[in-house]
Amino acid sequence: MSCQLASDSILYANGIYRLVYEIVGVVLPCWVAYAIAGLVFAFILVNAVLLGAAVITWGERRVLGRFQNRVGPNRWGPFGLFQPVADLVKLLTKEDLRPEGSDRVVFSLVPVLMVAPLILMTAVVPFARNTALASLNVGVLFILAVSSITSVAIFMAGWSSNNRYAMFGAARAVAVLISYEIPVVLSLLGVVMVAASMSLGTIVEAQALPFFLVQPLAFLVFMAGMSAELNRSPFDVAEAESEIIAGYHTEYSGVRFALIQAAEFGGVGVVAAIAATLFLGGWSGPWSEYLGWLWFLIKTGIIVFLFIWFRATYPRLRIDQIMAFSWKFLLPLAMVNLVVVTLEVFLLRGDDGVLTHTDLAIMAAINLAVTVIAIAVFGNLIKDRVTFRTRQPQQVVVPGVSTIEVS
Amino acid sequence: MLEDYFRQYGLIAIFAVVAFAVPTSLLAASWLLSRLKIRPQNPTPVKLEPYECGVQTIGGPWNQFNFRYYLYAILFVIFDVEVVFLYPWATRFISFELFALIEMAVFVGILLIGWAYAWRKRDLEWGN
Repeated sequence: MSCQLASDSILYANGIYRLVYEIVGVVLPCWVAYAIAGLVFAFILVNAVLLGAAVITWGERRVLGRFQNRVGPNRWGPFGLFQPVADLVKLLTKEDLRPEGSDRVVFSLVPVLMVAPLILMTAVVPFARNTALASLNVGVLFILAVSSITSVAIFMAGWSSNNRYAMFGAARAVAVLISYEIPVVLSLLGVVMVAASMSLGTIVEAQALPFFLVQPLAFLVFMAGMSAELNRSPFDVAEAESEIIAGYHTEYSGVRFALIQAAEFGGVGVVAAIAATLFLGGWSGPWSEYLGWLWFLIKTGIIVFLFIWFRATYPRLRIDQIMAFSWKFLLPLAMVNLVVVTLEVFLLRGDDGVLTHTDLAIMAAINLAVTVIAIAVFGNLIKDRVTFRTRQPQQVVVPGVSTIEVS
Repeated sequence: MLEDYFRQYGLIAIFAVVAFAVPTSLLAASWLLSRLKIRPQNPTPVKLEPYECGVQTIGGPWNQFNFRYYLYAILFVIFDVEVVFLYPWATRFISFELFALIEMAVFVGILLIGWAYAWRKRDLEWGN
């Protein structure tokens, strides 16, 4: 009994999957081979995400340390590399409290619901040629749909904690998440339009010129929007320590806290991988047949570094500034990008409906100019609007007393 | 071919099971550690109070919160529905005629007018 994938099958192209499927298929029935090949792939991806999260917790602390002119964790292992292991062991052996009056089921579900979608998002990301678990033809939509489960999980955390600050943090988090969802989703439309496909593999192959050059505006909007979606500085009002303790995860301790942190840092890695795939050309590069995974890792690393750089550079914005930034700056920019790219695609495409390398280069030149102009125009438009109108000190005259100031 | 198409979703289903099993198993490991007395688990009434910066908790979590959140939620729904229509259109736009362009321009234009109106009525501002 041996199982062979037909060469015209969608799954045939995936070398790792095919290898496992055919080896296992020699001795076991085909449906078992199918399940085992899927599990092997799932094992690889889960490890990639969780190890990535561990490396990013370490890397972020080291890099932030450098930014702030200090050393960062350096005790455990070479360069402090085993710090994530120490953190996990510590958190696993800490008492895990659930506050009185909290909703038991919802409270316990939250850590699982925050980590699982994150892992699921990697199912459609190709980390070398033809190596996505499932190269769905609706890949971008799958990522957007799965990633929005996180906002439900965050609200569940705030709702079930029976803590006022958790509730405030959750309300803020959801407001920020839904506001930045719109620009992010609109900015990806341009990518989908030029690649004429929602499959991430096809999008990578369409990038004769990386899309961050072809659509710099979309890349900027995507990066800013995703920083907010990940609750990272400068958009981290949802867990502003100086105002609302730790926001929605105030009441989480022990292993649940570890899982929520893993979701936050793993999110950076997964989103960086997606950004690298959609905008930096994913696995494409010299000798991409063999070194695809290396290019993919390098590009992901660059994006992760960018996220850490944002965090180190900008102070936290106020909630009104965050909202204004999304609705009055990023949304119009995403719209401008959409309109410009639509017109360019419409005018530049050939009769057979393809964009050549020259067309992409022309688009890149036009879009760079559009980016500069749009940022200048809309930046100027909201310059004074994002400033919060504080009440001016009033002069109050009290008879018999000298003038006092009331603010 | 169609069977292969569904097989991909089968793989995602397997993957989803694994993705949910991993965090759940970590929670189970934590529970097991508390059973084996490696991890402390002795809650007291004071420990179980909702956290309030070290002082006694007064009042519950159910506070009034800002009315602004609803306006953003409504705007979000409007634009998200728009995007649902835009994605299939964008995927095939490269082979569409002029008519499709005008059609979508009208659709997006109506929403943009609404968005400009919201801006004009100062609904996009948090402060007032």
